Amino acid sequence: MKEVKIKIKNLSVYFNYIQALNDVSLEIFENKVTCLIGPSGCGKTSLLRSLNRMNDMIYGFRMNGEILIDDIDIYNKEIDVVNLRRLVGMVFQQSNLFPKSIYDNLIFAPKILGIKDKNELEEITERVCMQTSIWNEVKDRLNESALNLSAGQQQRLCIARALTVNPDILLMDEPSSSLDPVSTSKIEELLFDLKRNYTILIVTHNMQQAARISDYTAYLYLGQLVEYDKTTKIFTNPANKQTEDFLTGRFG
Amino acid sequence: MKKYHSSYAKKRTFKSALVEKTVKYFFFLNGMISVLFLLLIILFLFKEAISAISGIGIAEFFKNVQWYPTSDAPRYSIIPLLYGTLLTAIPATIISSFLGIILGVYLSEIASGRTREIIKPFIEIFAGLPTVVIGFLILAVGSTFFQELFNTGTRLNALLAAFGLSIILIPTISSLTEDALRAVPDNLRMASYSLGINKFSTIRNVVIPAAISGVSAGIILGFGRAIGETMIVLMASGNAAELTLNLLHSVRTITATIAGELGEVAYGSPHYYSLFFIGTFLLIITFVINLISELIIARMRKKLKKMN
Amino acid sequence: MNNRFKENIKKKSSSDSIIDKIMINAIRLFSFIVIIIFILILGKIFYEGIGVINWNFLTGIPKSDISKGGIGPAIFGTMAVSLIMLILAVPVGIFSAIYINEFAKDTFWLRLIRASVNSLAGVPSIVIGLFGFGFFVLFVGKSIDSILQTGMFFGQPAIIWASATLAVLVLPTIIVTTTEALNSIPLTFRQASLGLGASKWQTIRYVILPQARPGILTGVILALSRSIGETAPIMFLGSAFFLPNLPLAYLDLSFIQIPIINPADQFMHLAYHIFILSTQSSNPTLTEPFQYGTTLVLVVITLLLNLTAIIFRFRFRKINEVVKRNQ
Ligand SMILES: Nc1ncnc2c1ncn2[C@@H]1O[C@H](COP(=O)(O)OP(=O)(O)OP(=O)(O)O)[C@@H](O)[C@H]1O
Ligand SMILES: [Mg+2]
Repeated sequence: MKEVKIKIKNLSVYFNYIQALNDVSLEIFENKVTCLIGPSGCGKTSLLRSLNRMNDMIYGFRMNGEILIDDIDIYNKEIDVVNLRRLVGMVFQQSNLFPKSIYDNLIFAPKILGIKDKNELEEITERVCMQTSIWNEVKDRLNESALNLSAGQQQRLCIARALTVNPDILLMDEPSSSLDPVSTSKIEELLFDLKRNYTILIVTHNMQQAARISDYTAYLYLGQLVEYDKTTKIFTNPANKQTEDFLTGRFG
Repeated sequence: MKKYHSSYAKKRTFKSALVEKTVKYFFFLNGMISVLFLLLIILFLFKEAISAISGIGIAEFFKNVQWYPTSDAPRYSIIPLLYGTLLTAIPATIISSFLGIILGVYLSEIASGRTREIIKPFIEIFAGLPTVVIGFLILAVGSTFFQELFNTGTRLNALLAAFGLSIILIPTISSLTEDALRAVPDNLRMASYSLGINKFSTIRNVVIPAAISGVSAGIILGFGRAIGETMIVLMASGNAAELTLNLLHSVRTITATIAGELGEVAYGSPHYYSLFFIGTFLLIITFVINLISELIIARMRKKLKKMN
Repeated sequence: MNNRFKENIKKKSSSDSIIDKIMINAIRLFSFIVIIIFILILGKIFYEGIGVINWNFLTGIPKSDISKGGIGPAIFGTMAVSLIMLILAVPVGIFSAIYINEFAKDTFWLRLIRASVNSLAGVPSIVIGLFGFGFFVLFVGKSIDSILQTGMFFGQPAIIWASATLAVLVLPTIIVTTTEALNSIPLTFRQASLGLGASKWQTIRYVILPQARPGILTGVILALSRSIGETAPIMFLGSAFFLPNLPLAYLDLSFIQIPIINPADQFMHLAYHIFILSTQSSNPTLTEPFQYGTTLVLVVITLLLNLTAIIFRFRFRKINEVVKRNQ
């Protein structure tokens, strides 16, 4: 029933002399929400960014190990990084909409990727807005500047924008950390719908959120994977003492 | 005892307050010297320009399309000078915008940290090169080279001056472009890359549009400099006050006219006042151009604040 | 299992990434071409000019047709004009910057001063020269002459008027750089000093100014470099075609005569000399080595000044960054 989407094998990541990840092995399942938790600086973002090779752009980046998506090594020379990033979408902690209209934000990537037909572009806009349940809020103001939206709407629009290029996997780095509770719960609801079509990895500092939204949880500490299991298991009966301490706030 | 103390303190504070006030006033007066000289420049030029208008007549400056101030029937039309100014400044702005923006993009988006640390100071130092040096090199090397290349009739012409101007404009435009591009928050680039957009498309569709006001301010500022620059055009343009749109003809700019004629003009003559008239004209143009570019930069700052 | 990834990842986004590579490399190429042109320009001057540089050339007096001899008077004249310019402009510029950064709140006056400095910086140098000629020479100079009954002494182009005009020209440079330098001094210094009960003036005198010294010096050097390279404004302010004698006057103290710069004299000037050599010379091929040599001297002076300014600014920034980080 459940299939492995991403296989991370013995991954170590370095930035110059700093080791951000140390021999991490992990299998991510398709159409599930997998949560990465751990104290600040433990390597969550580095792990996410390894998956769409955004780390490549950081000066001094090196890695060991393998990452396979659908059994294809994404660090293989044959792989076109730009192409990979279309299939592995990413949403950032701070919304980073372009200073353009809502519509232009959404058709930005499809247009550059060669879709010229206006109807098709409008279809994409409507589809991704529906998927992120933001359509009713923006349909009458598509030509307004995206920066006029509320913070929560902006973040959901970022998710919608990530969907415009038809990714297979969605990486989210603390997508709701700067949002109010109402906007946060809207994003959480979204994830339940989205995981039917996408494999989702999400970083969060909010343990309740992790428990609520994810199917699997990975606990990282100092660049190492401490524990990885079903979320229900991790939150009710962690195998590792460290994990338990972190979850109960006795950490540090 | 107590009484003595308080009156002593009072005296002291009164005295030091006086000192502080005097000090402040002193610095204020120094600050006002810039205001004073700006006003003096404006008043003085306008005063002489008005003398020109009352002596020669405003119409004379804009009709007849000839500048022959020393002939028996003197002609004082600013039009050929304006043609000459634009015929050198516009091509120079186009060339230097093209190369300056590319260089700015390279420095901000492509060059590695170390390369940038070498090239940037080099460009900055180069930008301090006296313009007379560029003018000299054009005369010594450029003109012959150019004549052979384009097979032009005149050794000195508008296009040659435009090339010379470009050399001093490129550093200005490239550094303003670089500043504008660097002010674009990195998360916009990340957004584009994470959507699977490649570097060039990101630069073209995200970074440059977000910085467009800064870049255009740089271009406008460069244009202003091109119009106001004297030595290069004086030495390279050929200085024939011809009404032409041909880039390969000699032209005469407003600045070169002032530089070339002020030394020989009789004080108080119509010719003298006419030079102040075209100087005032130049002052107004450059003032407006600088104002526009400043407004654009101010607007950009506002917009960037909103993005962060 | 869905095959979206498998099907799409191998798709070559071919043309797209080829175009990307081409464009990025084109940007590189054009940038390098520009840099190479800049290097060639400097290289040509060094290559052609270095041959004539020797002690006689640097200190000698030009011979009648300026194809022989040296450029001593031109170097001296340039230094004389610049020195007087600095005396006129630097104090005013620094005091203005202190007012802008340390005293003025956001008032009408501050905005007026800032706007004026900006506008003044944008005035073309030839217009400032025009103003200097009309105002300093013909108005101020002639007025002094008529008051002191000195005939045609002050009312003609001379060092003092060239210096005054250049001072107006570089004043914005000094003010802007000094304001930046003062502005970059960490706030804590000010607070500490004022907290100890020092007055504003004491704070400026003993805390701010010493801290800002390298920054201020940067401004002075930039102003100097700019004034040395400016040719247009001095063309009709007393720079001379050929002047074998140095513009000196002698202060007679009976037992000794002290030479001082005579501010009412005319002068030779490097930048103007280049202009004259390359446009007025009757035999350009004969004088060409001298043209390059003179140009080389001017270029080396300005480049060194600019380089110093950059190094100063760099170090100044670093110091303040360290201080800020350690707070
Ligand atoms: N661009 C970079 N250059 C150098 N070192 C980096 C860079 N990014 C991250 N690191 C280092 O890698 C380690 C892991 O960082 P990472 O950002 O992955 O942590 P994180 O778990 O996401 O933390 P947070 O919860 O604060 O976001 C840290 O020690 C960090 O200093
Ligand atoms: Mg992180």
